[in-house]
Amino acid sequence: MHLLEEPSMSQDTHGSSSDSAPFREVAEVSGHIIDSLILPKILDAIKAAGGSFQILKIDVGQNLADPSFARIEVRADTEEKLGKIIKTISAHGATPVLKQDCRLRPVDVEGAFPESFYATTNQRTEIRVDGEWILVDDQEMDCGIVFDAVQNRARCLPMCEAVLGQSVVVGHAGVRVTPHERNTQSAGFEFMNSAVSTEKPKGAAVREIARSLFSIRRAGGKILLVGGPAIVHTGSGEYLSWLIRNGYLHRLFAGNALAVHDIEQAMFGTSLGVRLDSGGIVEAGHEHHLRAINRLRRIGGIRPAVEQGLLTSGIMYECVKNNIDYVLAGSIRDDGPLPDVVTDALEAQSLMRAGTRDIDFCLMIATTLHSIAVGNLLPAWVKVVCVDINPSTVIKLNDRGSFQTTGLVTDVEPFLRALVEELKLLEAAP
Amino acid sequence: MPQPHILMCSPKHFDIVYEINPWMSRQRRANPVLAMEQWRALEQMLLECGAKISLVAPQPDLPDLVFTANAAIVFQNTAVLAHFRHSQRQGEEQHFAARLGEAGFQVQTLPRTDLFFEGAGDALFCGDTLFAGYRMRSDALAHQLIGEMLGVRVLPLELIDPYYYHLDTCFCPLTPDAALIYPPAFDTYGRRVLRESISQLIEVLPEEARRFACNAVVVGRTVITNVGCPKLHASLRESGFEPRETPLEEFMKAGGSAKCLTLRLDGEDAANWKAGLS
Repeated sequence: MHLLEEPSMSQDTHGSSSDSAPFREVAEVSGHIIDSLILPKILDAIKAAGGSFQILKIDVGQNLADPSFARIEVRADTEEKLGKIIKTISAHGATPVLKQDCRLRPVDVEGAFPESFYATTNQRTEIRVDGEWILVDDQEMDCGIVFDAVQNRARCLPMCEAVLGQSVVVGHAGVRVTPHERNTQSAGFEFMNSAVSTEKPKGAAVREIARSLFSIRRAGGKILLVGGPAIVHTGSGEYLSWLIRNGYLHRLFAGNALAVHDIEQAMFGTSLGVRLDSGGIVEAGHEHHLRAINRLRRIGGIRPAVEQGLLTSGIMYECVKNNIDYVLAGSIRDDGPLPDVVTDALEAQSLMRAGTRDIDFCLMIATTLHSIAVGNLLPAWVKVVCVDINPSTVIKLNDRGSFQTTGLVTDVEPFLRALVEELKLLEAAP
Repeated sequence: MPQPHILMCSPKHFDIVYEINPWMSRQRRANPVLAMEQWRALEQMLLECGAKISLVAPQPDLPDLVFTANAAIVFQNTAVLAHFRHSQRQGEEQHFAARLGEAGFQVQTLPRTDLFFEGAGDALFCGDTLFAGYRMRSDALAHQLIGEMLGVRVLPLELIDPYYYHLDTCFCPLTPDAALIYPPAFDTYGRRVLRESISQLIEVLPEEARRFACNAVVVGRTVITNVGCPKLHASLRESGFEPRETPLEEFMKAGGSAKCLTLRLDGEDAANWKAGLS
């Protein structure tokens, strides 16, 4: 099968309809549509009726018996005209995507989807089964959709978790995506579309974030923090501890490093050997984090260290004391790692996936890879604030489709300090 | 050549009791004696051509059951059963299904019940391709599904004249690369597709198309039509075929003729799969 992906072939008629025609519907046609002239006939019919079209996708069969396939967006300037066009082209075998049930195929290879599986976005998605629309649960981008006929339930599933016999949605027919409202002009799920400025006023943004955290806490919502070790290196650990103690954080995702340097600081007063109070370098300080890891490995992990009085302060201490679930995901450059670190990447991903399902707000601070990983897991309606000294982290997050992200390019310490101050003001307000 | 095998149905209950095409008028009822006579003459002619005739039992409330061409499309051992657009004919489906199953076919139905498809009346092989008429009776989408089910190339052709409501009233494959055609029954796209796909097209004149010249039964080189198609017969003879005629006016009252009264169970001679060419 020769695949012409998104060729963006479009045709506007003179006058009435154009790219800006507000009424649009996507239709599909398959079969021997090229040699039977069905496709040109459909396109001609759209034009003759005063509409316009864009071919969204066309697959041309290579051999005589191979069918071809086209997905066409039909556009018209009135709803009535659009309806008329759709009726006309339906007679030639074109079917509006939304008037069909979704097509399901069983998983035939463990851990893989059938060919042409529907690849999900992070937008609210529904599938049509027996004429009824079913909301897809566990919305997540880059997954497939599995349908359980017994429970009449659909959900997103990563391909590695596909089990033989599961029914997977293939093609675009019978799949409806409702784009989440966004601030920018353009709509829909798309890549390479971000705007991050280092020159935006920070104060107003921090106040806005504080208000969000405050109201989510009051409403009993859940806030996730994805953080990098720079939080500790810059001496911001105490602000995070304050957020945890005061009920503004409910879950923590990080790597080995954040926990290691937090524990190093609790035990030795340094982060990567640098004294956090004076900024001075300590003799043999580079060993501190290794000694900290070693103590944790000897005692069996963070919780036993807290319970047995070995760890008495810091972010991880507060997590244990305040029953904050955390996932520490490992990487190949980790020292140790700490016994709590999940070194199987798929297992870590799956724990993080489970830990994002009930999240209302996500703060991503000073970590690129963990932020992108979590951005991939979150549905588009979860508000994300990404704070990084490096604008490319925020851009990357946006470019991977997590466009609900508000980016703040700033050093971590002043951000967290300002955030805590704003929250204290909100708490003090009558 | 293996013996041609044709499914027919006695016109015992044939009549014009409803109107579902422009040929039909309840003011012009069938003459049962004449109809039986004409049907028997056609059957006799087919037997003379060496064909084996199988029968489906006539049913009292199904006057059009006599038009067996609409039962299904036959491909090797598979018969894809018709689903008639008009409720008056939908009762025929179960009788055709039972008879085709009895004849040893794997009888399949369309995966969707909201689509219509009227058998070999609207789907005819010529060479490797299944030519399929749509809009009047069958749906273009149904043909696409049949193409998927059978794994064959399907070229849907839009029918634009209500008098030629089935493909077999305006198109008749003779061999894998020759066919009869009545061009005004098709739109410009359809005419172009036929011209580009089939090397020899014998055009039928309007007055003979009205005599159902295209609704011919082909057995080897023999082409059987209704009476009153002399110009077509001359063209056929010129091209090396042996045209024969038999009066079928009683069935014209219902909008059918020779081809409509037959279903080739062993596959049409114009189909490459039949000739072992594909």
